[in-house]
Amino acid sequence: MKFLPSLKVAAIAACLSAAMVTSSTAFADEVKLTGSGASFPFPIYSKWFKDFSAAHSDIRVDYQSKGSGAGIQDFTNKTVDFAASDAAMSDEELAKAGNKAILLPMTAGEVVLVYNLDGVSDLKLPRDVYPEIFAGKITKWNDPKIAAANPDAKLPDQAITVVTRADSSGTSFVFTSHLAAISDDFKKAVGEGNKSPSWPATDKFVKAPKNDGIAATIKQTPGSIGYVEYGFAKLSGWKSIAQLENKAGKYVPAGAESGAAALASTDFPTGKLPSSEVPDLRAWATDPAGEAAYPIASYTWMIFYPEQDAAKAKALREVVEYGLTTGQKSADELGYIPLPEKVVAKVREVSQMIK
Amino acid sequence: MASNPFQQAVSAGSVTKPPSRGDYSSDTLFRSVAYGSAFLIIILMAYILWEIGGQALPAMQKYGFGFITGIGWNPGKEEFGILPEIWGTLYSSLLALLIGGVFGISIAIFLTQDFIEARLAVVFRTIVELLAAIPSVVYGLWGIYILIPALRPIANFLHEHLGFIPFFGSELSGPGMAPAALVLAIMILPTVAAISVDAFRRIPYKVKEAAFGMGTTRWEAILKVMLPTASSGILAALVLGFGRALGETMALAMLIGNVDQISLSIFSPANTLASLLASNFPEAGTLEVQSLMYAAMALLVITLLVNVAGLAIQQYTVRKFEGKK
Repeated sequence: MKFLPSLKVAAIAACLSAAMVTSSTAFADEVKLTGSGASFPFPIYSKWFKDFSAAHSDIRVDYQSKGSGAGIQDFTNKTVDFAASDAAMSDEELAKAGNKAILLPMTAGEVVLVYNLDGVSDLKLPRDVYPEIFAGKITKWNDPKIAAANPDAKLPDQAITVVTRADSSGTSFVFTSHLAAISDDFKKAVGEGNKSPSWPATDKFVKAPKNDGIAATIKQTPGSIGYVEYGFAKLSGWKSIAQLENKAGKYVPAGAESGAAALASTDFPTGKLPSSEVPDLRAWATDPAGEAAYPIASYTWMIFYPEQDAAKAKALREVVEYGLTTGQKSADELGYIPLPEKVVAKVREVSQMIK
Repeated sequence: MASNPFQQAVSAGSVTKPPSRGDYSSDTLFRSVAYGSAFLIIILMAYILWEIGGQALPAMQKYGFGFITGIGWNPGKEEFGILPEIWGTLYSSLLALLIGGVFGISIAIFLTQDFIEARLAVVFRTIVELLAAIPSVVYGLWGIYILIPALRPIANFLHEHLGFIPFFGSELSGPGMAPAALVLAIMILPTVAAISVDAFRRIPYKVKEAAFGMGTTRWEAILKVMLPTASSGILAALVLGFGRALGETMALAMLIGNVDQISLSIFSPANTLASLLASNFPEAGTLEVQSLMYAAMALLVITLLVNVAGLAIQQYTVRKFEGKK
């Protein structure tokens, strides 16, 4: 008889779960959208979707930040209603998804270099220096090249500890794409843009998981430098952010304005996505030209199916519209770059193809 | 109750009773549940192996044994090798076992061999066991914010003055093997201490009395009688602790530096298999997932080998010191 109580519990649990199933089907009119992908824009997306769902009682949007790669995989396997990726989709990935995808840049972000160096508060890093640091070629803080750009700073005779991402990430992709675009040395030593780059294997290159891991490691390691998303550095109130020299030879701090300038100097390709009527909105700001442009900026994309049932398509279009209008306003405070006007117009036009 | 064979054995009017039908059925039920659970564990293990092996198969065919001896994890070029990770896993776990083992056994001796009052010993034991309840990520943060800054001056002093010894061959810049192994040692300490305490407790008091009766000093009794007698239990504690160290993920991912290199220096950054898996899974492509599964298989095999070796040593010591079988 000892086993009866547990049977009862099981029976009650079964009844309860049955009740829950019936109650959830009661809201049959609700449109439920699920998405997955990039973690880089997760803070802003989750704010959008939360606010959007609150304003629309009949639409619910769930977004899982699994990483760009996983998002694209989910999209290809058709397990989600939309996906998000920091690296858009390559032609190969598009082909795998049957060339049925609409790629819309929804927001953009910057990557900043944060450092920990006693007594040096506004470090300037020239264009020929920071790729060398990350290629393992410049190894001391008092290297003449760094000293030349920072005549007033007291640079210590200390080894540079470079902190990079241990996990594979869109941030690494954006950062290494930029470095590979401006430095041949870097391209040779580390390679093209990659979500998990093969950094030099030395004692002075350590890896830490996620933005917070990098930030914590740098905070605790004198003489270290690393890269994090601008939004993350901004929200955590980070002070020591290096100023980088851009293509025009100017030192610009990261921020919404310099980011917008970087995006403004980048044009979208004129063609269409392969074997598809959808305009190609994949543009990379690997080395933006403008005088006021911050050098490391990148769009991040949402990916949609061109065809789905009408209710879902309508809801998706509404989500995009919300992101382009109200959503852009929260970009700056969360450390993202609001899309330039002409990009918003273009994205809105293409979003009408979600049917 | 004619079918009950015990009925005949009981004389009329006796106090003893044959087992009732209820006793029989609950006995059968218990036995089948116990057998079932035991089989379920084996089936679960086999299923995990089957699943991981199945997913790892393409990578196994592609890379073969070179995967185990290769250096560098490079998804961009589709080159995968886990020798540095295997080295890092074993090295960090061994260091942790060395430190955690010495402290764990010392704690066990301290708590069981009448050094402090029994009630106080319970308090101490509870405190040590509380260490097991601290989440891994908290250990990691503690390591980053407190241990590494505290360790840095000592490490750099050692490197400067004793740098010719390979173990101190590099500077500690931040994360590295030493902080990782130290945190790991603290993490396995409760396991080692708790099981060792039980091993000492299991020794009948008579054994110690006999030792004292033969004229041993307190330390002779502890080191020459109690320790060997408890050795099989202590070994079990060490094997469990080692297993825990091999599989630990989050704290190590935060502290070890995740660099694919093989270095004897305890101040160099390194990498472990579990940390590799945790860092790379979220964004891995198809081939990388297969390779990660292959790495997971390697970790499973290492853990299995360690456990088998531990078991073998344990049986040997039981024969040698405890005189059984």
